[in-house]
Amino acid sequence: MEGLIQLFTIFALAIFVGFEIITKVPPTLHTPLMSGSNAISGITITGAILAVHLDSTTLTVTLGFIAIFLATLNVIGGFLVTHRMLGMFRRKDR
Amino acid sequence: MNPDFLVEIGWVNLAYLVASVLFILGIKGLTHPRTAVRGNMLGALGMFIAIVATFLAKGIDVRLVLAAIALGSIVGAIAAVKVQLTAMPQLVALFNGFGGAASTLVAGAVLIESHGLGGRQFTIATSASGLIGTITFWGSLVAFAKLQELMTGNAISFFGQKPLNAVLAVAAVACSVWVVSDPSNMNAYWALCAVASLLGVLLVIPIGGADMPVVIALLNSYSGLAAAATGFVLNNNVLIIAGSIVGASGVILTAIMCKAMNRSLTNVLFGVLGPTGATASADEVYAGKVKSTSPDEVAMLFDGARRVVVVPGYGLAVSQAQHIVRDLATLLGERGTTVEFAIHPVAGRMPGHMNVLLAEADIPYDQLIEMDTINPTMETVDVCMVIGANDVVNPDARNDPNSPIAGMPIINADKARTVVVVKRSLSPGFAGIPNPLFAADNTLMLFGDGKKALQDVVAALKET
Repeated sequence: MEGLIQLFTIFALAIFVGFEIITKVPPTLHTPLMSGSNAISGITITGAILAVHLDSTTLTVTLGFIAIFLATLNVIGGFLVTHRMLGMFRRKDR
Repeated sequence: MNPDFLVEIGWVNLAYLVASVLFILGIKGLTHPRTAVRGNMLGALGMFIAIVATFLAKGIDVRLVLAAIALGSIVGAIAAVKVQLTAMPQLVALFNGFGGAASTLVAGAVLIESHGLGGRQFTIATSASGLIGTITFWGSLVAFAKLQELMTGNAISFFGQKPLNAVLAVAAVACSVWVVSDPSNMNAYWALCAVASLLGVLLVIPIGGADMPVVIALLNSYSGLAAAATGFVLNNNVLIIAGSIVGASGVILTAIMCKAMNRSLTNVLFGVLGPTGATASADEVYAGKVKSTSPDEVAMLFDGARRVVVVPGYGLAVSQAQHIVRDLATLLGERGTTVEFAIHPVAGRMPGHMNVLLAEADIPYDQLIEMDTINPTMETVDVCMVIGANDVVNPDARNDPNSPIAGMPIINADKARTVVVVKRSLSPGFAGIPNPLFAADNTLMLFGDGKKALQDVVAALKET
């Protein structure tokens, strides 16, 4: 129970932090915010890596393998496409 | 691999903490275009650290993991580099879906390995992860198909849709209870995923084209929440932190989009437009009042203008007119005319769509002005050029309380001295109602494809 409360504490605090910073993102950057945060949600890859364990059953390893593939796609694709978009935003004087 | 094993030794958690901080700093960087590139890189660095730290856990099949990562990287990189910027909404939708699917699969894999020995928290979190992740996956695939025009972009509704959704929602809860009460039975989990798949598809098909920004933002939020739920499955802080921040981000964007359409989230999700009172028919609004113009005449208007505001809409993206708009703006700028772009929050198919499109055409971001900033100054605008936008400049939203879009914030294009509307025809926008702006005394319609029409205007302007 104590562990669960600890996790919920982190969850609640992280949501507050999220609200605080994200409300400051200007509309101009809403698309990069989406694709960038999207890439961050690929953090589930860490869980996927742990599933591909030497002791795991074939089914688990298969699920983990597909999960790693999809999460990597999400991560690499997300960060790269965000980088590409952000590279196009420029000011008048340059 | 039992759940206890996943509680990593201290310093792996330390690495996860560093990653979490980098994610937060990364998103903080996105609060300004100047720091955004660095912010994105910080986020990527955080991800790299988290992945490397995970590798250090004992007993991982490193070769297999690396193979999966290599495959995913290649496909992801190709997609990110090759995609046309106009196709960005569907790409974001697709990536989003993959994140959701990955969370579902991870929760499933861990459930298998727990052999029914996980506690309550573990099983509840696993159900949540499976449910949200699967809905994200299928919902995103449908959104992708709509945006890519693999299926109709219009709202699809059928008899009994809402009761069916309600039944599925109850079934999903029932399956979750089954997973929790009998965690050693994997059939329960797969049944949950099957129900969630149907639910994901059915929740997104009734949502039509112009409401897509809301759905994409909402699915973005779901993918984060699915990751956070997976964090509860694995007792993993970095998943919870990153997931909940992404969840918060999606919720905020969803709220902004809903507010910009003056609609509640339930309205959007169930495909309901505002109250349809007695609205004027297209004939009543347009008959005998619409004035059509020529590129030459528009060029002359521009010639005498000191301040020009362009209002872009989805039509601009469709006709790929962003580059020629840039040429027009540059040309006018050289003649001493001030050119600005007025951006409505829901213009396009995802939050910030117009900004990215215009940035691609090298239009500086400080020329892109938000609706609330530009509206009070619209009276001083000599020429307001509306390109491929409709509902977001419909003055009925402000003037007619019976209009389906009454109360929706609009860009006050009608207050400019002269309005030029570039549009193929008088066909209605997403709201399906006529737009009195097109028949206003100070409005001229320039009929035609956006790109072609603007090319003609630029050519005419160069001759004067």
